[in-house]
Amino acid sequence: MEKNLYKFIIRFSLRQQIIITLLSVASFGPYYYYLSMPKTIINEGIGGKHVTYPVDLWGLGVLHLDKVDYLLVLCFGFLLLVLVQQAFKYAINVFQGIAGERMLRRLRYDLYAQVLRFPLPTFRKTSQGEIIPMVIAEVEPVGGFIGESFALPIFQGGMLLVIFGFLVIQNPVMAMAAVALYPIQFYIVPKLQRRVRALGKERIKNQRRLSDRIGETVTGVVELHTHDGSNRMLADFAKRLGISYWIRVEIFQRKFVIKFVNNFIQQLGPFFFYSIGGYLVIKGQMDVGTVIAAVNAHKEMAAPWKELLNHYQTREDVKQKYEQVVSNFEPEGMPPPEDQLLEPAEPVPLNGPINVSSLTLNDDQGNAVLDNLSLTIPWPARVAVVGGSGREDFLQVLARLQMPTRGKVSINGRLLSELPETVTGRRLAYVGSAAHIFNATLGDNLFLGLRYRPVHERQMNERQRKHFERELVELKASGNILYDVDADWTDYKAAGVDKPEDLGRAAIAALRIAAFDEDVFQFGMRGTINPKQRGELADRVLQARRAFRSRLADGDIADLVEGWDPERYNTNATVAENLLFGTARELIFDVDNLASDPFTLGVLEQVGLRDRFLRIGYEVASTMVELFADLPPDHEFFQQFSFISSDDLPDYKELLARAKPDNLGQLADADRARLMTLPFKLILTRHRLGQIDENDRAAILQARKIFSQTLPEDRRGSIAFFDPEHFNASASIVDNILFGRVAYGQAQAQEKIGAVMADVIKQLQLRDPIIEVGFNFDVGISGARLNSGQRQKLAIARALLKQPDWVMLSESTASLDPRSHAAVLQALLEQRKQAGLVWSLQRVSEAEGFDIVVVIADGRVVGNGRYADLAASNEAFKKMLQG
Amino acid sequence: MSINEEVELLRRIPLFAKIEPAKLKLLAFTSQRITYKPGDTVFHQGDPGDAAYVIFGGEADVLVDTPSGPLTVARLKQNDFVGEIAILCDVPRTATVKAVSELVTLRITKDLFFRLITDFPQIAIEIMRVLAQRLERTTADLRSATAKQNGKT
Repeated sequence: MEKNLYKFIIRFSLRQQIIITLLSVASFGPYYYYLSMPKTIINEGIGGKHVTYPVDLWGLGVLHLDKVDYLLVLCFGFLLLVLVQQAFKYAINVFQGIAGERMLRRLRYDLYAQVLRFPLPTFRKTSQGEIIPMVIAEVEPVGGFIGESFALPIFQGGMLLVIFGFLVIQNPVMAMAAVALYPIQFYIVPKLQRRVRALGKERIKNQRRLSDRIGETVTGVVELHTHDGSNRMLADFAKRLGISYWIRVEIFQRKFVIKFVNNFIQQLGPFFFYSIGGYLVIKGQMDVGTVIAAVNAHKEMAAPWKELLNHYQTREDVKQKYEQVVSNFEPEGMPPPEDQLLEPAEPVPLNGPINVSSLTLNDDQGNAVLDNLSLTIPWPARVAVVGGSGREDFLQVLARLQMPTRGKVSINGRLLSELPETVTGRRLAYVGSAAHIFNATLGDNLFLGLRYRPVHERQMNERQRKHFERELVELKASGNILYDVDADWTDYKAAGVDKPEDLGRAAIAALRIAAFDEDVFQFGMRGTINPKQRGELADRVLQARRAFRSRLADGDIADLVEGWDPERYNTNATVAENLLFGTARELIFDVDNLASDPFTLGVLEQVGLRDRFLRIGYEVASTMVELFADLPPDHEFFQQFSFISSDDLPDYKELLARAKPDNLGQLADADRARLMTLPFKLILTRHRLGQIDENDRAAILQARKIFSQTLPEDRRGSIAFFDPEHFNASASIVDNILFGRVAYGQAQAQEKIGAVMADVIKQLQLRDPIIEVGFNFDVGISGARLNSGQRQKLAIARALLKQPDWVMLSESTASLDPRSHAAVLQALLEQRKQAGLVWSLQRVSEAEGFDIVVVIADGRVVGNGRYADLAASNEAFKKMLQG
Repeated sequence: MSINEEVELLRRIPLFAKIEPAKLKLLAFTSQRITYKPGDTVFHQGDPGDAAYVIFGGEADVLVDTPSGPLTVARLKQNDFVGEIAILCDVPRTATVKAVSELVTLRITKDLFFRLITDFPQIAIEIMRVLAQRLERTTADLRSATAKQNGKT
């Protein structure tokens, strides 16, 4: 990156700077006339000085104007000049804005690209809390400055020169007097400014530390709570805020001193004019007019001079920020950009032996983590690496994630240091113990290794194409990467398949090896699909629903599920579900809003349930108040069982005190809605409150019919109705197969149903398609919705899917339970039989199934051979085996 | 069966007989009613005890494992309370309970049971009273059995 701001500006925006400057200079002309026009209007148009009527405009003899016409012509001329002047201003501003924004975009992009190329050890010293404000906030003023970096000094300087020249012609002595103090100002102010800048630097540093602290607080929040560390964090934060505060106060003081000095020096001019000029006038050596002219000239020059001084100050400020930020983004040992961008001319296979000679790796303090390590690993081989520290670094060096301090590593005869990331990132895979999962879908995480460049162009309509082309121009203008992020990046061939449809199969195979397929299947069961896009799968789910139902009918499990039957009341579902006979897609039909929805109330009215619901609501509320009134507000029962939250209970209590069972109809609308909300939540078999009797149920069934028949067209989309013959798009797959509710209070209902369902899914071969639905599962921030074992399994599957030549695993199964761990170990050893696998293991005994065992101690190889041989003759290994 | 009927049933059980109906209602409302088919197991001997059961309807056998196979030691009927020993004493189930006919139970979880005791001391007192009565009866039985034994010799 350019270390100097001006070099950066000239290198990337010279053309724009020239255009802006030319525009600025060109605006001089209209500006001059714009300034002089009022004088002409007053003197000539109104005063009639130096004018003879009728006026012959431009002496062409075409137009002859009388006094009023001439005034009007001058006034319209003024208006025109205003327009021209403003048009120039507009164009200059827009141009400056665009130029600045493009440069800012380039700068931020470059900084981000640098971060992506930071050598790994850099991140031990640089936290994201420091990087983020630098890329986002600190460079922001740079953009604003770049737009005017050349134009402003040229324009204002030119203005100053013009006025100065004008003065010199009028009275050279006074002209010199007017600028006499400028050099002093130019000398003193930067001196004062220097300290302010140093303070500004301090402030930025402190702010970075602040943001670092906030970041740490967020990541370490559990530790803080468990050790009651909040107060210390608060105190620490307060101290840092204090540092910022005092720096700011000092900046204020100094800034206003500078302002004071500036204004004082500015006013020294008139002081000299009045005193010295006045003295000379009294002595008769100068006339009054000259003094006045000088004062006026000085005043005229004040504005551009001030602009110039301001610009100078901003420039220093921005330059410093730029240089400070850029210097932070140039750590040692960074690879060139081509490392990530350059596509290899032809595929570079790394399916060959690994050769490590005299490998030394120092940590950031200069201590050797790996010390003169030499090793040869044949191909194909499954290698277990055991022993002391340095194993993780060793694997990272083998995967070319870290560059050795000294020594050489080559795979298949190719030096890793000479291979770009575009080769090693595809042919090698590394999984650490805490592999990161990105905040996206599970599939996006899984396919990460297949998406290294756009493979298939995006299908675009006319509008999208135009938009994209415009975007492309900007990308080029800002030096950004030209790849279309919305194209299809998935390289299906890298996963060993030809068609997108087959990718799922390859992915499931990888999931199976990582023992992750069952988890993803469960995600898929709880997932939803859009039947418009996946009609075939929706049909198969419906098929499963039918199969499941017929299995229920002929077994002794029939009463474990209460299916959705349009003609029957489902006693295991809420009253609301029974009424809507569907699931609410929008909030208006949410169970909390039904009681205040006019349409729903109208339907209830028609079947005579409206008053009845009010009554039931009253009874339920009474029961709830009776049951829960004595409990403390934070009691778990509220959450688990109550219809009414502990916050609302007092309100209901008070409402019940006001309401009499006989005059419920006279309650205010809001009160009635509150009571009527309660019956909608009742589940007959679960709550057993006994309020909804046979008649009510019949009435609700009737209401159900009226509801679906009279529902206005524009609200049909708000409910997904239960329909035995159709897929319900807003329900999960498992609910679509179940198509009903699991009965409450039936012993082992879940297990029995689960077994039948699993059987149905197996018979219909639905398991794989449902796993693919699981790819849409949103894993949350850093995979927070997965447990740590699932995250590791996902990381392993991700590494396998791209079919790398060598897979490096560094204790990547540490979070797995022993059984899954054993299964993954077994499956991987089997799958990598004819390929490369280097696995750094915590437990030495697990190395037995590997072809080769490498023992590392103190950064050196102290054992290398077959497990049995090492166990027999290698002292270090024997010791490890014993424990 | 509604909550109120369940409360009536609960009141017939000595352990709950003297607890005010409102508390019993809360107990019924916060407990799950579970139906077992004939042959279903309510719990196995040796399982950790996580709940006690009130039998609302149907019958169940209490079986104890013996070297010669399971031995039926008791038959549970309506209003019986079973499984309380495991949750009170924190020991594994001392017997297996199997439904003989269709069995309807109210499952009172260990958590709920203890919470009720802490929240409503009168329940604890009631339980103490019932347990003390049982102990008293057992002691009396033992005394008379010992007396018989002594009389014989």
